[in-house]
Amino acid sequence: MTLPPSLANNRRLDRWVAIGPNGTLDVRTGKVEIGQGIVSALAQIAAEELDVDYARIRMIAADTVRSPNEGVTAGSTSTSQSGGALRQACAEVRLAFLEAAAQRLGANLDELTVRDGTISRRASNESLTYWELRDDVDLTREADGRASPKRPDQLTLVGKPLPRLDLPDKVMGKGVYVHDLDLPGMLHGRVVRPPSYRAEIETFDATKAQAMPGVRAVVRNGRFIGVVAGREEQAVAAAAVLAKSVTWREAADLPDVETMPEYLRALPSRTQVLSETGDMTHPSAGTVQAVYSRPFLAHASVGPPCAVARARDGTIEVWSQSQSIHPTRKDIAATLGIAPDAVVIHHVQGAGCYGHNGADDAALDAVLLAREVEGHPVRLQWSHEDNLSWSPYGPAMVVAMEGATDESGRIAAWRHELWSNPHIARPGLQDSPSLLAAWHIDPPFAQPPGIDALPGGKPASQRNALPLYNFVNQSVVHHVLDRLPIRTGTLRAIGAFLNTFAIECFMDELANSASLDPVELRLRHLSDARAIAVIKAARDRAGLHAGRVRDGSRGMGIGFARYSNEASYAAVVAEVEAGETIRVVRVVAAVDCGRAINPDGVANQVEGGVVQAMSFAMKEMVQFDRTRIASRSWDTYPILRFGEAPAVETIVIDRPDQPSLGVGEAAAGPTAAAIANAVFDALGVRVRDLPMTPDRVLAAIHRL
Amino acid sequence: MSKSIGLTVNGMLHEVAATSDTPLIYVLRNDLNLKGNRFGCGEGVCGCCTVLLDGHAVQSCSTPLAAAEGKTVTTIEGIGSDAAPHPLQQAFIEEQAGQCGYCLPGFIMGAVALLQRNPAPSDAEIATELDLHLCRCGAYDRIRRAIRRASQQMAETRERMA
Ligand code: FES
Ligand code: FES
Repeated sequence: MTLPPSLANNRRLDRWVAIGPNGTLDVRTGKVEIGQGIVSALAQIAAEELDVDYARIRMIAADTVRSPNEGVTAGSTSTSQSGGALRQACAEVRLAFLEAAAQRLGANLDELTVRDGTISRRASNESLTYWELRDDVDLTREADGRASPKRPDQLTLVGKPLPRLDLPDKVMGKGVYVHDLDLPGMLHGRVVRPPSYRAEIETFDATKAQAMPGVRAVVRNGRFIGVVAGREEQAVAAAAVLAKSVTWREAADLPDVETMPEYLRALPSRTQVLSETGDMTHPSAGTVQAVYSRPFLAHASVGPPCAVARARDGTIEVWSQSQSIHPTRKDIAATLGIAPDAVVIHHVQGAGCYGHNGADDAALDAVLLAREVEGHPVRLQWSHEDNLSWSPYGPAMVVAMEGATDESGRIAAWRHELWSNPHIARPGLQDSPSLLAAWHIDPPFAQPPGIDALPGGKPASQRNALPLYNFVNQSVVHHVLDRLPIRTGTLRAIGAFLNTFAIECFMDELANSASLDPVELRLRHLSDARAIAVIKAARDRAGLHAGRVRDGSRGMGIGFARYSNEASYAAVVAEVEAGETIRVVRVVAAVDCGRAINPDGVANQVEGGVVQAMSFAMKEMVQFDRTRIASRSWDTYPILRFGEAPAVETIVIDRPDQPSLGVGEAAAGPTAAAIANAVFDALGVRVRDLPMTPDRVLAAIHRL
Repeated sequence: MSKSIGLTVNGMLHEVAATSDTPLIYVLRNDLNLKGNRFGCGEGVCGCCTVLLDGHAVQSCSTPLAAAEGKTVTTIEGIGSDAAPHPLQQAFIEEQAGQCGYCLPGFIMGAVALLQRNPAPSDAEIATELDLHLCRCGAYDRIRRAIRRASQQMAETRERMA
């Protein structure tokens, strides 16, 4: 049997599983908890294959020393990658223990059963536990593919809505986040960022800050400026004084935020044809055209990036919320000009992470400060303002659609043109470090241009550009842009968010132009039974039927996609009420993620994904003037609030015989499109440039 | 300059040596090791750092230490324990309300204050009262359900006691 890729890269079984003390099992994975509940889902898989109680599993936080290197926790791939590897590794560990027990008892394997870590021989009363056998089994050996994981009909834990392991501590207010570390001798650090991306220092005077209470070090390296103090409020106060002790030379080099779609389309680009089938030269009569866009979007986690670092005797130890501890270590080492082995990173949770945010940057910031106070751990936390204005943004993008239907009510032509820069700017992937402070120190490293695909992976900006619908005549083109003058990186659902928004809005626009039912038009062009099933499930639960009675203020719309055309299927129906503002009053989401490890965990992820996508679609837009980012507070970057969030009804279509698929990003694009389609249904107007703010909806009404 | 200031936190009297303008959040987190009090915005507008001051919900990031002098502060650590969680904490676990969990202590403290004033709030009242609180992970609906569940459980308990 061939091993799952992640296990093939990390074959030693003791990298994954160790017999812990007192009847516990320590399980390691290279994936990290970023708020999505993945660690609990992986514990559930481990408990299943090892045949032990869920409560016995202790999930050990990842570090760069012992944990399997599984790259980055991103792209909704953790369940399939790490889950697949862990499943096989645990099946092998279970077999190793069974063989050890068989030897001790002089039994055949088929006489033995395992229950909660106790191996029993059916015929006699003999039994042995994993813990009694720990010295008999050498887990330093490599996985060999001899054991088979359980068949779907043998599963007892997978598929159950088990509670998350990490939630009780969070609800009790325990110190589980990197923000909460309190190491002996720890000092507090703050960084003073330039006011704009390319600002240069004109004058700088550290004397005032240096004289402030508690200040241990003022750091200036190029245009990287920071302070270390004994107490946190002292570091905050000193940073505020320091910020006033520097003057900057700035350039007005940003584009006009109001005309980003036109700006992107006018940039020089390279054209990549993704699909060209049939005949696009004779579009039928009644061609429909529409251009959709999204602005730059912020991660806007409620908690700022934070990290703790200690420099001692030539080695550097970092505690970080990074999604990519191994690659980040590489870039930190490259920045400092030291060997990667001299840097150790321990993963500690942060506040919610929805892509490449400031976590890795904070790790380097902490290291740069810690080097100035050798031996002392330095806890470095960003301000909320820096979190909103300096973290990488999900890039602005544009999609232009063109299409036509024929007399038989089928789509006769489909053209999808995308404008996007490379989305991926994570550490460890490019020639130059991809960490903010590396570009600010003297001499600075060049900010690398970004890449659009991981080695062997699919381009991020092109996700879902190819429709899942069967069109005879279609053309899909990516106008590849270089880097943008705004810092960008991956954000939840990457390119799929706008590609899906555009496709799913356009399906409705075509249906409307030909007086067809939008759901029916979709079904007519789908042959994938799982796609059809989620659409029908969402439609039926929500009551989205042709000819339903309308009351003049409410509207309903649907959006569908299979994320990345290979992960989970999601169909979302939104119902809106249009009064003075647009309120989303109900959302139904139907998802198929193959075998659902934990159906409640899936529902939780989908609910969160829907609400966040609503926020993207209706409220969010990074603001800037020609010089500076202007979105620096919750006032200037509003997100969806408590009273605006509807109940989300999630239907999980379980497919126990199908591989588990990631679900975190599946609902994003469909949700945005469902809302836009519902607004059209209610008001007869369409807002194609996100966000669909009340002002924009009103402007669209006036254009009628 | 910095004299020591006395305040009662979770029923214990503490003397802290910090300047009187120090935001309460740093004293609670760093001097008293009460880390459940999460730092979000530092500007009083996200709710992550919510604690009770003489029973009223306040944002500890924008409450100077002087304002707490001689008063009673209650934090998430003071309302329940692993063995005996507060009904709200229990309800949040039962509803599996939360993803990253960073916002939860703030929501729970806001809800403690709300249920003290209004033991049976409607959904709309819950949303209005806790409008300050942001959850970027989008767990609002489960949070609302958890608060409702706790309110019902607390009512049942009161009935049993009566
Ligand atoms: S951290 Fe205090 S309200 Fe945001
Ligand atoms: S659970 Fe992450 S912010 Fe609320």
